[in-house]
Amino acid sequence: MNDLTQSAFAKPRVVGQRTPRIDGEYKLTGRAGYTGELLAEGMRYGYPVPATIANGVLESLELDDALAMPGVVDILHHGHFESLHRSPNSMAHGDMVSEVRLPFEDERIYYHGQYVALVVAETFEQARAAAQRVVARYREDDGAVVGLLHTDTQGELQESAGTSRGDPEAAFGGAEVKIDSTYQIAAESHLQMEMHATLAEWRDDGKRLVVHESTQGVFFQRNAMARIFGIAQENLEVISHYIGSGFGNKLFMWPHAVATAVAARMVGRPVKVVLPRQQDMTGGGNRPASRQRVRLGADRSGKLTSVIHDSTTETSWVHQYVDACGSATPSFYACDNVSTSQRVLEVNHGTPCPMRAPGEVSGIFALETAMDELAVELGMDPVALRQKNNAEQDPASGLPWSSKHLDECLTSAARRFGWDKRDPAIGSMRDGDEIIGYGMASCTWSAGRQPCEARVELRADGSLFAACGTQDIGTGTYTIVAQAVAELTGTDLSRIEVKLGETSLPAGPLSGGSMATATVLPAVAAAVRDALDAIKEVAVGSGGAFEGSDADSLSAEAGGLTDGKRRVSFAEILETSKLSSVNGKGSAAPGDERSEYSFRSFGAHFVEIRIDPEISRVRVARVVSTIDIGRAINPPTARNQVEGGIVMGLGMGLLEKLDYDPRDARLINANVADYIVPTHADAPEIDVELLDYPDFKHNEFGGRGVGEIGLTGVAPAIANAIYHATGKRYRDLPITIEALLASS
Amino acid sequence: MRTFAYSRADSVEHAAHQTTPTAAFVAGGTTLLDLVKLDVMRPSELVDINTLPLKNVEWLDDGRLQIGALVTNTDLAHHPEVKQHYPVLSQALLAGASTQLRNMATTAGNVMQRTRCPYYRDPAAACNRREPGSGCDARHGLNRLNAVLGGSDACVAVHPSDMCVAMAAIGATLTLSGPQGEREVAFQDFHRLPGDTPHIEHDLADGELITAITLDPPLAPAGSYYLKLRDRASYEFALASTAAQLSLDGEMIGEARVALGGVGTKPWRCPEAEAALVGQPAEMATFERAADIALGGATPLEHNAFKIPLARQSIIRALREATRLARQGGKQEGLA
Ligand SMILES: Cc1cc2nc3c(=O)[nH]c(=O)nc-3n(C[C@H](O)[C@H](O)[C@H](O)COP(=O)(O)OP(=O)(O)OC[C@H]3O[C@@H](n4cnc5c(N)ncnc54)[C@H](O)[C@@H]3O)c2cc1C
Repeated sequence: MNDLTQSAFAKPRVVGQRTPRIDGEYKLTGRAGYTGELLAEGMRYGYPVPATIANGVLESLELDDALAMPGVVDILHHGHFESLHRSPNSMAHGDMVSEVRLPFEDERIYYHGQYVALVVAETFEQARAAAQRVVARYREDDGAVVGLLHTDTQGELQESAGTSRGDPEAAFGGAEVKIDSTYQIAAESHLQMEMHATLAEWRDDGKRLVVHESTQGVFFQRNAMARIFGIAQENLEVISHYIGSGFGNKLFMWPHAVATAVAARMVGRPVKVVLPRQQDMTGGGNRPASRQRVRLGADRSGKLTSVIHDSTTETSWVHQYVDACGSATPSFYACDNVSTSQRVLEVNHGTPCPMRAPGEVSGIFALETAMDELAVELGMDPVALRQKNNAEQDPASGLPWSSKHLDECLTSAARRFGWDKRDPAIGSMRDGDEIIGYGMASCTWSAGRQPCEARVELRADGSLFAACGTQDIGTGTYTIVAQAVAELTGTDLSRIEVKLGETSLPAGPLSGGSMATATVLPAVAAAVRDALDAIKEVAVGSGGAFEGSDADSLSAEAGGLTDGKRRVSFAEILETSKLSSVNGKGSAAPGDERSEYSFRSFGAHFVEIRIDPEISRVRVARVVSTIDIGRAINPPTARNQVEGGIVMGLGMGLLEKLDYDPRDARLINANVADYIVPTHADAPEIDVELLDYPDFKHNEFGGRGVGEIGLTGVAPAIANAIYHATGKRYRDLPITIEALLASS
Repeated sequence: MRTFAYSRADSVEHAAHQTTPTAAFVAGGTTLLDLVKLDVMRPSELVDINTLPLKNVEWLDDGRLQIGALVTNTDLAHHPEVKQHYPVLSQALLAGASTQLRNMATTAGNVMQRTRCPYYRDPAAACNRREPGSGCDARHGLNRLNAVLGGSDACVAVHPSDMCVAMAAIGATLTLSGPQGEREVAFQDFHRLPGDTPHIEHDLADGELITAITLDPPLAPAGSYYLKLRDRASYEFALASTAAQLSLDGEMIGEARVALGGVGTKPWRCPEAEAALVGQPAEMATFERAADIALGGATPLEHNAFKIPLARQSIIRALREATRLARQGGKQEGLA
């Protein structure tokens, strides 16, 4: 095992420093090519035809009018489509997909928006116009399952997703103080800026498939496509250079990508499909609705004696997706008796998928609201209650934390927020027409890490090149890779080129689970070291710049090597030895430390809400957060992740909800005007502090990942603040105007 | 989207004659192009009226303010005469849509904007307004956004405009120009109640063009307030809104105007509520009574019952604020 505490990054110069995005200029000037913008020679455009019912059978398609329209090349549908294989859908084998059912596989309609055809035409407008002319006739069946929150049906128990320690039922039965509450959260849309998009092209007489996709996982898509099309991975390339965010719905491939690749083969030309927003929302993933029951038992001092967390979430009829709400619960608080269970119910919706902090963000809403209820029941300060039950080690695994500073998060955020000015009496804080409410919640997200490979090149022109088959989904991965290279070589950032998002590059991880940073940087560092070894060999070799020296006596400094007396630039060393470049390869993976420590980030959000009860208006005025993510590699982009998470949490708490027609499960607000997310005017004053305790047990850079934690805990802090203002406990999200009115 | 012919109107007179029954005028295009792309509106021809000289805002000799049909929502909201004499109109405009949309949207286009009922906007759904006789999915579907005032069995779609609510409160006249010549229509008669014919939305004949909207003389001295209640702070249509204007006679209300948005099938003027305000003390009890009267005829659907208490709240608060402003001598400040 590496001795990670002797990190090369104990006192970094570039890592951990505010670094402007190296791709910022490309994005600002429009030179960053997003999938939807790419053009290929002779390309055709596809436009899917979505089912207008959510449950039934496609009886017939009338295509004549559409086929006769200008520019239309072909229309794919059930019966006019290639016969393919399903992906094994394995996480371990890296071929997981978002929906295992292949497009047009059968004539059944399982959800509104399911593709019934794909029109291919010479222009986008022609394809869309013809798609609207396709007439689909359906037999609509009764009994559509409108959604988990529209039924009392239990759903199927997922044995593998539950956990238990101690005797939670008995402990709950005998507890001095009990909370037993049920929480419901509506289904949400990812609403990522850039819609799903695919550009597929068959090359070399149809032997090789090249796919551009807006994806969080080029390798997963390649592996899945190789299985589906029955071709060798070597003959498949997936490329994703720029991504307008994903929030989880671009982790695993969706059917539109398969349909696009088939279309490209059938028409013998490259084909591009960009989903319109409506279809992105009906068939491109969602956070499933959840119903959770949380039971807390405690003694009078506030010590938890039992935590029982039972959850049910939705999946579709065509894919099994489990949104594990209880997965953070066993590690959250010190308590001897804890159990979680998980059920899943099939509904007539497009398939749900991970959405930023999947499962846990819903689970933490339930748990952290229940904790507030317990604090009220006990007459205890909610911060003190959390401190009282702080888990000094991971109670789920029994292992010590690699690094945990929740207590400092709580106290620091409380101080900056002014928690001591909170009068706990309900509705006691007023300002004109408004009642002010203060609420808080803790937040958490696990710190994972995956195996990864990387390649680095030192070039004779003085530039450095680093490559890894991971993606930058907009979070700043390009920049942190360059920072790592700059740190280890002393090269100026402007001389470092980073390439990501291609399966031709060394295998990199999904951009998901807040794992990319901790996964990719150690591999890049290993590749840099390998390249430095190579250039040292060159330098000390015959005719080299340091001919005859001991390679070990050389070290990297300011973009070159030095023996302590003399520094020669990498470029000069290569020139001297008549080489164009040297290469370094590196790989890194989690090791034994995973069985010695538990890895998880923690933090706390404090929220001020203002409610004007006479006009039923709630606004979030202020959020103060402190989060411990180890070291932030690039503090502004890290903080930006938390700020974005807070705004997203505001949407979850007060606004966002996919609306399904109660009669037939059609999604009726699949557009950005009717699916309400926070606007700038809704965004509160946000003050985010990131503690700086590098976690060298996790990796040599000390960073734990930051993409998801900021979202967790926001919605319960809002609900708890509303309770403080109104005395009304809201257990269903979003907390709508009608809910406020109903209880006023 | 379907193919259509495109032409540019060269004069008001010709505009009317240039069109066929399936043609549509296009102004800012913010309603029209959206609905054409959704395949909801299917014009055979677009007649672009943007070059017509209908962009003036000017006082008429009789003390009324005339607004050209093509004045943008942005220009109108920031027009000094509007801000000074009809602040409720400026407030309502600025509470609507987004800056980008308001920069394109025109006065006549705003009056003519279509409902946001999701079933109207989805060609696969049943909607009598879009397709007469097809039924109304909103009645028994999800109807959170639908109307509690002025609905019929055939249609419960809300007229979504904010601007029109202020105009309904102010009082206005539309000038229409068509093949038959020019005519005037009172603002409150222009939008139709759905009844059995929800597809007939306006009092506008084929080929007729709105050339101007003329506001009634301002109430003076008065306070006015536009309050728009909605889920988020911006860029959302009203769930309930109120345009209130009143003048004070000591502690008593002199004149009063109340109109509602977000709840009615047309911009909803409330004459009975106004009558209940006039001559009464300007205090909460009076406002509450007026609000109850305004909503006396409201009928909820399954998911929109909350709009009735919400509209009540918006009326009371808007009247309270209008009174406060009237006491300050009509000086206006921040927006709702
Ligand atoms: C996302 C979104 C959010 C919005 N939010 C709001 C909101 O919060 N509040 C609000 O009030 N509005 C809102 N709007 C609506 C917006 O105000 C209208 O779309 C706009 O006012 C229409 O004006 P236009 O000039 O673009 O009309 P166009 O789209 O050009 O035309 C609309 C209709 O009017 C007809 N027309 C145009 N000019 C004339 C004329 N001179 N004579 C006769 N007929 C004519 C056209 O033929 C067409 O039928 C929103 C719109 C969008 C897209």
